Amino acid sequence: MTGTTTEAAPPPLTTAPAAGEVRKPPTRRRLVPYWLLLPGILWLLVFFALPLVYQASTSVQTGSLEKGFQVTWHFATYWDALAEYYPQYVRSLLYAGTATVLCLLLGYPLAYLIAFKAGRWRNLILVLVIAPFFTSFLIRTLAWKTILADGGAVVGALDALHVLDVTNWLGWTQGDRVLATPMAVVCGLTYNFLPFMILPLYTSLERIDGRLHEAARDLYASPATTFRKVTFPLSMPGVVSGTLLTFIPASGDYVNAELLGSTDTKMVGNVIQSQFLRVLDYPTAAALSFILMAVVLIMVTVYIRRAGTEDLV
Amino acid sequence: MTTDTKSTGGDVRLTGISKTYGSFTAVHPLELTIPQGSFFALLGASGCGKTTTLRMIAGLEDPTTGTVHLGERDVTDLPPYKRPVNTVFQSYALFPHLSIYENVAFGLRRRGVKSVKKQVGDMLELVQLGDRAQQRPHQLSGGQQQRVAVARALINHPQVLLLDEPLGALDLKLRRQMQLELKRIQTEVGITFVHVTHDQEEAMTMADQVAVMNGGRVEQLGAPADLYENPQTTFVANFLGTSNLIPAEIVEGASEDLVVSAGGGKLRLPAGRCQASTAAGGRLLVGVRPEKISLVHADDAGTIPDGRNRLTGTITASSFIGVSTQYVVDGPAGSGLQVYEQNVERDSRLAPGAEVVLHWNPAHTFGLGADQAIDAGTQKVEDAA
Repeated sequence: MTGTTTEAAPPPLTTAPAAGEVRKPPTRRRLVPYWLLLPGILWLLVFFALPLVYQASTSVQTGSLEKGFQVTWHFATYWDALAEYYPQYVRSLLYAGTATVLCLLLGYPLAYLIAFKAGRWRNLILVLVIAPFFTSFLIRTLAWKTILADGGAVVGALDALHVLDVTNWLGWTQGDRVLATPMAVVCGLTYNFLPFMILPLYTSLERIDGRLHEAARDLYASPATTFRKVTFPLSMPGVVSGTLLTFIPASGDYVNAELLGSTDTKMVGNVIQSQFLRVLDYPTAAALSFILMAVVLIMVTVYIRRAGTEDLV
Repeated sequence: MTTDTKSTGGDVRLTGISKTYGSFTAVHPLELTIPQGSFFALLGASGCGKTTTLRMIAGLEDPTTGTVHLGERDVTDLPPYKRPVNTVFQSYALFPHLSIYENVAFGLRRRGVKSVKKQVGDMLELVQLGDRAQQRPHQLSGGQQQRVAVARALINHPQVLLLDEPLGALDLKLRRQMQLELKRIQTEVGITFVHVTHDQEEAMTMADQVAVMNGGRVEQLGAPADLYENPQTTFVANFLGTSNLIPAEIVEGASEDLVVSAGGGKLRLPAGRCQASTAAGGRLLVGVRPEKISLVHADDAGTIPDGRNRLTGTITASSFIGVSTQYVVDGPAGSGLQVYEQNVERDSRLAPGAEVVLHWNPAHTFGLGADQAIDAGTQKVEDAA
């Protein structure tokens, strides 16, 4: 070995040529992954990690807008927020959970149809699933206000079919109104997050080898059993990612409850919004956000553990 | 053995069965009886209709016309999950989310068998995978997956086991090993095996009976040796092994041996082995297998015994492949004639450019109708499509 090697150079993996300067390219190549990561890391640092730290410090501050806020490690804000607003937390999780289940029930048959039965219509239907995104989220939600309007066709039909009797009994609707009831909020959530359920379901169903269906049928499984024992288990990755993509944003949503609900259907997102923008109680808003984050994180972790996605694929 | 149901108990009978997709006919109306307990091969190039025929027996494809009988029972309209038939799929189609144990137990569980443990254990022993029961399919090698696929089908004791190119994905050595393995299992369990393959060697090694398919029709049906020695069409002659086919004209017909002229020389062949009309003046294709031919240098032509068929020619290529040497000979009767010589005593004069005489016993000659393409079946498909 001629002595131009630097101390930092690691032992060569291949039979390296003796000349020292030829070793430089491998060093540069080793750094490539970090260079590729850099933009993303910077972005996350500036727009996610720093705000999170700032928010954490806000949540333990006390004071008022006039006198200014100081960090006083006042953790009681968390308890107070939880004690006062736990009904909104429960409601958020309940509404988001119901909307997720509805999305799954509506989305699965459609995803199944697109993946296995649509043939040459497949791309058209996929475009139609995404088509609502060409219109603003707010406008689409406002449109539901018209759809569910008092005395409108939808409400009239539900009334005539005695569906409202059932939903009134369940407490989802009130009298002959759908708007400003829990049902309206859940309808809005379901509608808005349905594509986030359908697309991952479609992706995982589409990946299933059709010969597995034939093998199951060959091994005495009726079509229903084939679905229960082969198709559905193999689509679990799609079910898991679809439910997460629906449940997580739905539990933090406030637009649907704001536009379609009433004061009795406020979700935690509405509370955070009003604490932050109207009451201007920043510590409580920050604490509420952290509690929601923690609750969702715990639920998702338990769910993923139970669903056992790492076992699949 | 006195009743009808006993004697034909498990025969698979296909009657006038056909399959068309739009204007494309995959299988022309087909009559086929597969005897109970036999190892039956459907052999042909890809797209010949062999897999479609298999899938119609399995129920995975509805025949356009005709019926499928298992013994006395008409199963044409039964869905696959109600047929006493199981399939070993090409590329196996093992359930990736289930363990090997559960894959094998799948059919039993679907039929409501309560205690599957012993049967699954025994079956995994039969295919020598007892220690892999709790693993997932992707943790196994190709050959092991193939054996799981066989076990998963066999455990149901089907009347017929269908194998769709089961060895297509394996390398050559493993394939040879699995051929013997499958043959052993078939002998052991005595179930009818219907094996679809494009590999003529595989079909001949394993099967008791082979149906050679081409263009949606069965070209010829018979025992492997019979098909090889007595091909009835140029397709069978070329697809099963190699044949030298020489256009010729009948000089003397209507006797026990025909005399034909080819490229100025005279050849004899048994009239019984001629598929074409034997009248004098008719045209036919004279066939002989390369390994039946002996090769001597033109200088030694005098040593050839009388009564043998002879052709003259020039060696254009030779390749040494260990047990034998393959020669390509061009002559007045035909070009590209193939000769396989055992490497017992090698004559060093037999090199490209040498003048040679080919000779063989006339009894090894067969005749085919001249109205068919001489090169039908020569384009063998190597990949399993």
